[in-house]
Amino acid sequence: MRFLRLSGLEAITITPESNFINIGERTNVTGSRAFLRMIKDNDYEAALSVAREQVEGGAQIIDINMDEGMIDGKEAMVKFLNLIASEPDISSVPIMIDSSKWEIIEAGLQCIQGKGIVNSISLKEGEENFIRQAKLIRRYGAASVVMAFDEKGQADSYERRIEICERSYRILVDVVKFAPEDIIFDPNIFPVATGMEEHNNNALDFFHATKWIRENLSGTHVSGGVSNVSFSFRGNNPVREAMHSAFLFHGIKHGMDMGIVNPSMLEVYDNIDKVLLEYVEDVLLNRRPDATERLLEFAESFKGDDKKKEVSLEWRNAPVNERLAHALVKGIVNYIDEDTEECRNQFEHPIQVIEGPLMAGMSIVGDLFGSGKMFLPQVVKSARVMKKAVAYLLPFIDAEKDGASSSAGKVIMATVKGDVHDIGKNIVSVVLSCNNYEIVDLGVMVPAEKIIRTAIEEQAQIIGLSGLITPSLDEMVHVAKEMERANLSIPLLIGGATTSKVHTAVKIEQNYQKGQTVHVSDASRSVTVVEQLLGQKKEQFVKGVQADYARVREHHEKHRSAKQLLSYADALKNKLVLEFNDQTIKKPNQTGVQVIEQQNLSELIPYIDWTPFFQTWELHGKFPRILNDEIVGKEATKLYEDAQVMLKQLVDEKWLTAKAAYGIFPANSIRDDIEIYSDEQRTSVLGIQHTLRQQTKKTVGQPNLSLADFIAPKDSGMTDYIGAFVVTAGHGIDGHVKRFEADHDDYNSIMIKALADRLAEAFAEFLHEKMRKKTWGYASDEVLGNDALIAEQYKGIRPAPGYPACPDHTEKPNLFKLLNAEALSGVSLTETLAMWPAASVSGWYFAHPDSKYFGLGKITIDQVESLAGRKKIDTEQMKRWLSSNLE
Amino acid sequence: MKDIRQLINERILILDGAMGTMIQHYNLKEEDFRKGWFEDHPHKLKGDNDILVLTQPDIIEEIHTQYLEAGSDIIETNTFGATSVAQADYYLEKAVYDINYHGAKIARKVCDEFTAKNPDKPRFVAGSMGPTTKLASMSPDLNDPGFRAINFNELVIAFKEQATGLIDGGADFLLVETITDTLNAKAAMFAIDELSEERSIQIPIMISGTITDQSGRMLTGQTTEAFLVSVSHMPLLSIGLNCALGADAMRPYLQILANQAPFAVSAHPNAGLPNEFGQYDETPDMMGTQIEDFLREGLINIIGGCCGTTPGHIRKMAEIASKYSPRKISETTNA
Repeated sequence: MRFLRLSGLEAITITPESNFINIGERTNVTGSRAFLRMIKDNDYEAALSVAREQVEGGAQIIDINMDEGMIDGKEAMVKFLNLIASEPDISSVPIMIDSSKWEIIEAGLQCIQGKGIVNSISLKEGEENFIRQAKLIRRYGAASVVMAFDEKGQADSYERRIEICERSYRILVDVVKFAPEDIIFDPNIFPVATGMEEHNNNALDFFHATKWIRENLSGTHVSGGVSNVSFSFRGNNPVREAMHSAFLFHGIKHGMDMGIVNPSMLEVYDNIDKVLLEYVEDVLLNRRPDATERLLEFAESFKGDDKKKEVSLEWRNAPVNERLAHALVKGIVNYIDEDTEECRNQFEHPIQVIEGPLMAGMSIVGDLFGSGKMFLPQVVKSARVMKKAVAYLLPFIDAEKDGASSSAGKVIMATVKGDVHDIGKNIVSVVLSCNNYEIVDLGVMVPAEKIIRTAIEEQAQIIGLSGLITPSLDEMVHVAKEMERANLSIPLLIGGATTSKVHTAVKIEQNYQKGQTVHVSDASRSVTVVEQLLGQKKEQFVKGVQADYARVREHHEKHRSAKQLLSYADALKNKLVLEFNDQTIKKPNQTGVQVIEQQNLSELIPYIDWTPFFQTWELHGKFPRILNDEIVGKEATKLYEDAQVMLKQLVDEKWLTAKAAYGIFPANSIRDDIEIYSDEQRTSVLGIQHTLRQQTKKTVGQPNLSLADFIAPKDSGMTDYIGAFVVTAGHGIDGHVKRFEADHDDYNSIMIKALADRLAEAFAEFLHEKMRKKTWGYASDEVLGNDALIAEQYKGIRPAPGYPACPDHTEKPNLFKLLNAEALSGVSLTETLAMWPAASVSGWYFAHPDSKYFGLGKITIDQVESLAGRKKIDTEQMKRWLSSNLE
Repeated sequence: MKDIRQLINERILILDGAMGTMIQHYNLKEEDFRKGWFEDHPHKLKGDNDILVLTQPDIIEEIHTQYLEAGSDIIETNTFGATSVAQADYYLEKAVYDINYHGAKIARKVCDEFTAKNPDKPRFVAGSMGPTTKLASMSPDLNDPGFRAINFNELVIAFKEQATGLIDGGADFLLVETITDTLNAKAAMFAIDELSEERSIQIPIMISGTITDQSGRMLTGQTTEAFLVSVSHMPLLSIGLNCALGADAMRPYLQILANQAPFAVSAHPNAGLPNEFGQYDETPDMMGTQIEDFLREGLINIIGGCCGTTPGHIRKMAEIASKYSPRKISETTNA
């Protein structure tokens, strides 16, 4: 007996003992609108991540289909397969080349080095064609799906199925000499419960034909596209999921050994609601004449919310262990105290509840998360349930005193000194604590000494640092140096939005030689990184990281020397020269400092850009498309709904207070400095804003930009203007955060911070519009929707210190002083110049129609020296502030 | 004369050793490379070893003879780089058929002489087909991973031209060797299969891959097992490994092939790894000791040498191989 063997970079062998083989279906333009859009938009990065997620999610083979009228299927197939070949985590599995066009199939076969599968060929166009194609497939070295389809049409009965499959088999084996084990029959999965009587036996015929094929056509396999069967129930996922699982259950029993499935559209067979299962099986197995009607009627009840609640409470009847697991997986907090209590009574020691059922439940969560079947917001909810249960047990454990908790390891988490952003850090903490790591969370603005002292006192195994603003990068370098000095050797994790592998490799790792520094790109990676750092294979992992970082450094070094920078003097010569006249300078309707004491929050809601909100939760995709995303859509929708509920409550109950200080001032530029005057006669200088100029060598005709270019030079004799603003939506947040934290409710504590951040950004957007239309009034007739605002289609810009156009945080004190912002808006600056409360935005307004956002890029020391001189700041200090831009 | 498929079950067959390092001993000059055929060729030809079958046939014949005297059952033609893709470096695409034809013919002639002298030890000609200089499943440009310097169809054309010359010149079978990208090998197999069909003959194919590092993977990332699966769609004469690693390092991967392949298993390792001056240091005795280990274990049907090996190495191998029986080939299982 020879077995079907397939390969990508790795080999798989399908034996009679093998479990059912999952074929991923989502890289298919005919089956997935999201995937089609990616291909159409030429977004192959996204398309690759769909393939990657499928492999990570357990697909053993991936089906790829590019059959769509609007795209060049052959070109798309070749391009995608070539790209996959350079992604080892995807190309590890065999490829199924899926097309109804032979030329696409052949083009695909020419791109895969492994042994893949063709999907599909058939006798549809006669024997000659069938033989020719089969011979070529053999010559290319692939297996093939053979559809039960012949000159007369697609097989739709048991008899036709076996007739066509047997005829195909004889031709393939006897004439083409195709290896029988390389033949995979697809005896057509058709929809059931369509309302047409002739469809009632569709599933049953498939099962019986499958059994016959496996018994009579020796060596072959049976596969099929499972989601077809539930076609009539589009829009009703619970029913579809149940149908797919039940279909597979019976199909596998009859010998179906492979199938194209969407793992996220599969309920566990044993978990299917018993009534639903009975109705579904009545339909699949055609057990009663009214089966379809009964299921259709019952299916309705799965759509409506009311019935759903009834059904969904059934889990309450399960034994307490299962209830705890269910609550953890589903993130249901309502019954956790009573269930934990019930469970506690069953054990001798309360700690055993944690070690037993709760950890068992969390390990299910961990597995589901690890295999991509749960998403971060779900895991955070699970963690919330877990924390509640543990909090309930703690007093009992303390009372016993002998219950030593069995943590997998202790991790110190801190947002570094000068930085107040902690959402990312909190998510990592939650994810790690879900995985049984003990977290010592030192909070925000934590100085290096405290981090190190705590690590030593607590005998922690790992330190995790987080930060969002660029100065935090230097603080992390400082912490690393201090750890080296303190003779620590435990691993150091680096995370946060501005951190990067490159920065970690180039600036941090080498300052901490006694232990290993690892950059963690997102929260979901934290568990595997920590596991490897604390596990048996640590040495191997560390070696891998070191080698990787050495390569990164080398590459960085090469890249750096390749990039050409102009001297500061030359960059200044290549400045942008704009026209300044009555057309481009609009005298503001109102100058001087203004205040908004209490902004109505509901006015801000339409200005919210939701896309970054989802990014906070590590759900990536553009709003509102993300709500319908195939993978994360469900979670995103749930999250969005929860956000709406809290948003409404925090507006109605005025949880937060939003304030602003802003104003417009006469101004002129002198080279790269902007002088800001008390009045149009330029009687006195209120302050000077110092700007930075790009130094990257540009193509001919492209200027080296500085924000100062957007303001009329003093020697032009024109009076120009600049605006400034500080807004916050963070007043009052602390009480609520503390309240949620006291309730072990990380989900809502993260939620409120994320919402406050969004409101602050929305406030900045709102105020900018007001500025354009009224206060300054240079665009009084502007009409733009929120999408256009997000896309920055307005005239004029509002760059913020610390962001790409002006990365110099030390400009913030000037800005705050100009607006008397600390007193008027209640926002203060920390010693590293982060704003407090964190949900705040500050920046400058430029009104010139040609002003635009840009990134500063790398600069040279001569500019830093010039800047330090102008600002009368020590050059060394200035270098430190600008280190991430400094060449 | 006995058929190769019968012989391969009876005893361990001996392949020859290195060609390139042998040619180096002759210290050939630019004019030696051109002699008779390419006197007026406008580009430098020194280093294009394959054309020596045309311009220095006596030298090639002499090297073949030395290996046959040392005990080789199978001689590889001196055509490793004789595809239009590789010869493009010398602007000699047009000479490809001639090189392969004459390369096979020289080997044929010497082998037939030896077989005539001792019909109990028939000698065979394996037409050597190298991987070309371009890969079909990897981009040479790091910034453009989807780019390919060559595609499957172009490779099929190049390999078919080479295979045609080799078969016309009298090769008994074709050896697709030093495979770093399985897709290139599949293109060669595709070309050979087409040629077989067109001529209504069965051309036996030997496949030999190269594991480039200690990860046990090919350059393009395939494991040994995946490599085996990817080339098993034709009834191969043999599958094996050559080059890159020395005999010792090759052993775990040969074990995988020995356990799973429904074909004969071959190995022709280098004489160790090159030293800092690019020379191979392992003596016949050193290599013999390592090879004896896997012959004793019954992993091998065909053994020979790659870079750095000499007639001395092959003589030693033949001597050791005669003491052991070949691996049993089971064509009924594939896992």
